[in-house]
Amino acid sequence: MSETTVSPDRPITVEREETAPGFIGVNVPRKEDKRLVQGEGVFVDDIKRHGMAYVHFVRSPYAHAAISRIDVSKAMELDGVYGTLIGEEVAAETDPFFQIAPPPGGDLKDYALAVGKVRHVGEPVVAVAAATRELARDAADLVEVDYEPLEPVIDPEQAAASGTVQLHDEVPNNTIWQGNFDYGDYDAALAEADKVVRIKRLHFHRFSSTPLETSGAVVEYNRGTGQWTLHTNNQFPGFAIIMMAPALKVGMDKLRFVSQDIGGGFGNKICTHVQLVAMCLLARKLNRAVNWTEWRTDQHTANSHGNERVFLDVEVPVKADGTMLGFKARMIDDCGAWTRYEPLGCIIWAQVTPGVYRWRNVRVDFTQVCTNKSPCGPNRGYSRMQHLWFTERLMDIVAQELGADPVEIRKRNYIRADEMPYETPNGCVYDSGDYARCLDEALKLIDYSGIEEKRRDAEKRGKLLGVGIGSTLDSGTNNFGQSTIVNPELQFSGNNEVATVKLDIFGEIVVTLGTTPQGQSHETTAAQVVADILKVSPDDVNVRAGHDSYWNSHAGFSGTYASQFAVTGLGAVKGATEMLRDEILKIGAGVLGAGSTDEVELADGFVRRKDNPEAALPFMACGAIVNANNAVLPLELRDITLNCRYVYVPPHQLPDKERKFGNLTLTYANQIHACVVEVDPETGVYEIVDYGAVDDCGVRINPLIVEGQVHGAAAQSIGAATHETFPYDEDGNLLTPNFYDYHVPHSLDMPPMKTAYVESPSPFTPLGAKGMGEGGGAGLSAVASALQDALRSRGKPIVSSSSNPYHRIWELLQSPEESRSLVEVETR
Amino acid sequence: MNQPVRGQRISVEVNGERHERDVEARRLLVHFLRDDLDLTGTHVGCDTGNCGACTVILEGVAIKSCMLLAVQADGRSVETVEGLAPDGELHPLQEAFSSFHALQCGYCTPGMLMSAKHLLDHNPEPTEGEIRRAIQGNICRCTGYVNIVEAIASAAKGGGR
Repeated sequence: MSETTVSPDRPITVEREETAPGFIGVNVPRKEDKRLVQGEGVFVDDIKRHGMAYVHFVRSPYAHAAISRIDVSKAMELDGVYGTLIGEEVAAETDPFFQIAPPPGGDLKDYALAVGKVRHVGEPVVAVAAATRELARDAADLVEVDYEPLEPVIDPEQAAASGTVQLHDEVPNNTIWQGNFDYGDYDAALAEADKVVRIKRLHFHRFSSTPLETSGAVVEYNRGTGQWTLHTNNQFPGFAIIMMAPALKVGMDKLRFVSQDIGGGFGNKICTHVQLVAMCLLARKLNRAVNWTEWRTDQHTANSHGNERVFLDVEVPVKADGTMLGFKARMIDDCGAWTRYEPLGCIIWAQVTPGVYRWRNVRVDFTQVCTNKSPCGPNRGYSRMQHLWFTERLMDIVAQELGADPVEIRKRNYIRADEMPYETPNGCVYDSGDYARCLDEALKLIDYSGIEEKRRDAEKRGKLLGVGIGSTLDSGTNNFGQSTIVNPELQFSGNNEVATVKLDIFGEIVVTLGTTPQGQSHETTAAQVVADILKVSPDDVNVRAGHDSYWNSHAGFSGTYASQFAVTGLGAVKGATEMLRDEILKIGAGVLGAGSTDEVELADGFVRRKDNPEAALPFMACGAIVNANNAVLPLELRDITLNCRYVYVPPHQLPDKERKFGNLTLTYANQIHACVVEVDPETGVYEIVDYGAVDDCGVRINPLIVEGQVHGAAAQSIGAATHETFPYDEDGNLLTPNFYDYHVPHSLDMPPMKTAYVESPSPFTPLGAKGMGEGGGAGLSAVASALQDALRSRGKPIVSSSSNPYHRIWELLQSPEESRSLVEVETR
Repeated sequence: MNQPVRGQRISVEVNGERHERDVEARRLLVHFLRDDLDLTGTHVGCDTGNCGACTVILEGVAIKSCMLLAVQADGRSVETVEGLAPDGELHPLQEAFSSFHALQCGYCTPGMLMSAKHLLDHNPEPTEGEIRRAIQGNICRCTGYVNIVEAIASAAKGGGR
């Protein structure tokens, strides 16, 4: 079943026997809200411990420098300063972090604090712990660090050139990773083409989602057991523990991760394992709890940035009818100073190699370099967003240069609904979707049929109107086996998530998750799934808030990242709840004297006989019998615990490392966005006057929550397209280190937002749902597309960057020919 | 030579209850609320006064509590998010934020609610433009403001979708 609705409030019907009719697909109010609207959430900085120290990092003022001397003695003289930590101690007490890259990238030595050298402005050099936040800052000012400045390398293209300054001795030409991807038969496609469009350079800029709550932790050390408890907003504890335990030279169980409420993550809170190791060392050294709450400025200068990427020497073979046969490009990705999650971005883009298009011939030379800038890491739409923006830029530039209609050429090249599931040239299997239909819905939202009239109306007012289209594939439920394509030696693959569901003595249904939600409403959607299976109300289901590794409800990939909860998290919840349902049925059949579990059913909090509904046992009785009165049970029922743990494992297979081929994620939700801009040709100032977002994430568990994700992702990409950027000066200083200079959308910046939905259930997932939430990238493409359309009559400039603040548009208006020199068309 | 005053005893009424504390002269009001009074509903999201997560109402005026020293609140009264539902019954704005899905992570929510309360206290029937202006000093990174604006409009009209 596939259904379209432009009314998100309307409940949808899910044609699946096990869940319909029920709570899946209904806008159940969020369980999280009651505490959050009263200020009763528990975020990391809300946690206090007796005698707790506050930690402040002394950070590098240089982009690149050798550290010649560190002296903490003056800081230690202040009353109330408990202690410090410097790089030499870190190097003595820990091993460098495990590197995902093969050598030479894999040889670099990354520690919790700078050792011997600093490689970006804001890099932590010394940690100071004191009785108050203010005192820690005072003491940090008294720490003396002598630096010998070195020449920095800021530009990724320069970084890769031989003879350039080198960040890491182990990494020649600053090249972390390089690989060639060759799919289909690119040379044959080029020979077959009627026209070839060449683009010299496209650029995707640096920015980040900048969650409103910065990173942080309260870390305690138990000397008796050697165990650390980390109250932290890290969003991927599975990954953090894998990185931290070997560095700290302890077993994984020595690191207990706890979180309740997390104030946004967007991927930016994945790579905090570095600071967390410094906190662990301090907590142990000082024998007291330590609080680290990152300052906003520190988050901007030294937390995860989204990867910057340059696309060079791009070539697109096109047939006379507008069919594009593929593309060739050289890509240089800039990961900043350290590889904290990288070089996984070097393969993650390949989840969506042809984007939403039927491009069969692709040749990519992909290089990742390090530069003297903040380290990069996952950022909402990680690595796919850059690539999908590139595919949509190709589409619009080709359409403009060949004089093709941007809607028609897209439809000609879209993968069709009747081709699903569709295997891409590199072996990814798009599970379902109808891109052309999504485009039609998006165009309806912005009233595309009346657009020429609006264009004329805008002209009368002295404005240039433009329409743009963008797409994303929000690929989710990673196959971590893709990491073996970047490093064949890795023993790392698959994915998993855990849930436990139990029935307690007084009949309470208690659910624990392995995830670390940051606003994704897991408590609510998990309760919806449980309620449908146990035939109760979501109000009867208590989903524990947050994450605690002591719950034993986590596995190697536990966390909240990369669009997967609706598949992995809810898959685990469904599995555990079905186990519990079967146990309740067994108890019911046994106690009610039914011949088999087929003769009993669940209804309204009871297990009852189908032939006599009066013969019924309340859940409370089941819980009480098993937990506190089990001598009454026949022996064959005594293995029942009513405490069920299920690990969901998606059906991933190892990719072919040699061919760089395989299905890299399980689901491929898609989004088509359309936007209308009006540009003032005198100033370059523009306004987004209409915006439509169509989302297809398969079965929607809670449509209102899905819509919330669509709004938020679109807002982030509109922000990134228009104002948000992390530019550096030639000395490596970040020019936007706070919310003064880094302008995120405010309430007055947001355009009218219209949404619509197509539902193409995934055939590969437990609930027909797909992970979603990262589909905002479409906005970056749609804005670039609309701006190029608006400027068409002013010398057809090419929008070649993802960052388009007003002054950039003014430049395009002033000298369109400069951007036009980036493009040439060869007619055969 | 006179030494500068480094601290002071202050008396602040918060949500109807008077609190006396010795505070450092440089203590920010937000840290007084969060760390000294344990009212952790008021959040901190930046260090430049831009994000509005720390918005509280001081003597009837919505202010960013990271932009004020605790000593400046001496003898005055402050309303925080913890005071919105004193008897456990949610304020219409809190109800509306939940029913319109106007919050995701919930980190900006307390400040957003206080800005909205200040608006409705002074302008019970705001237009959409007035709502957007009233919360322009509050950054939300999750929602794109769409549902927040709708929730405030609904609360102004007495609630309901």
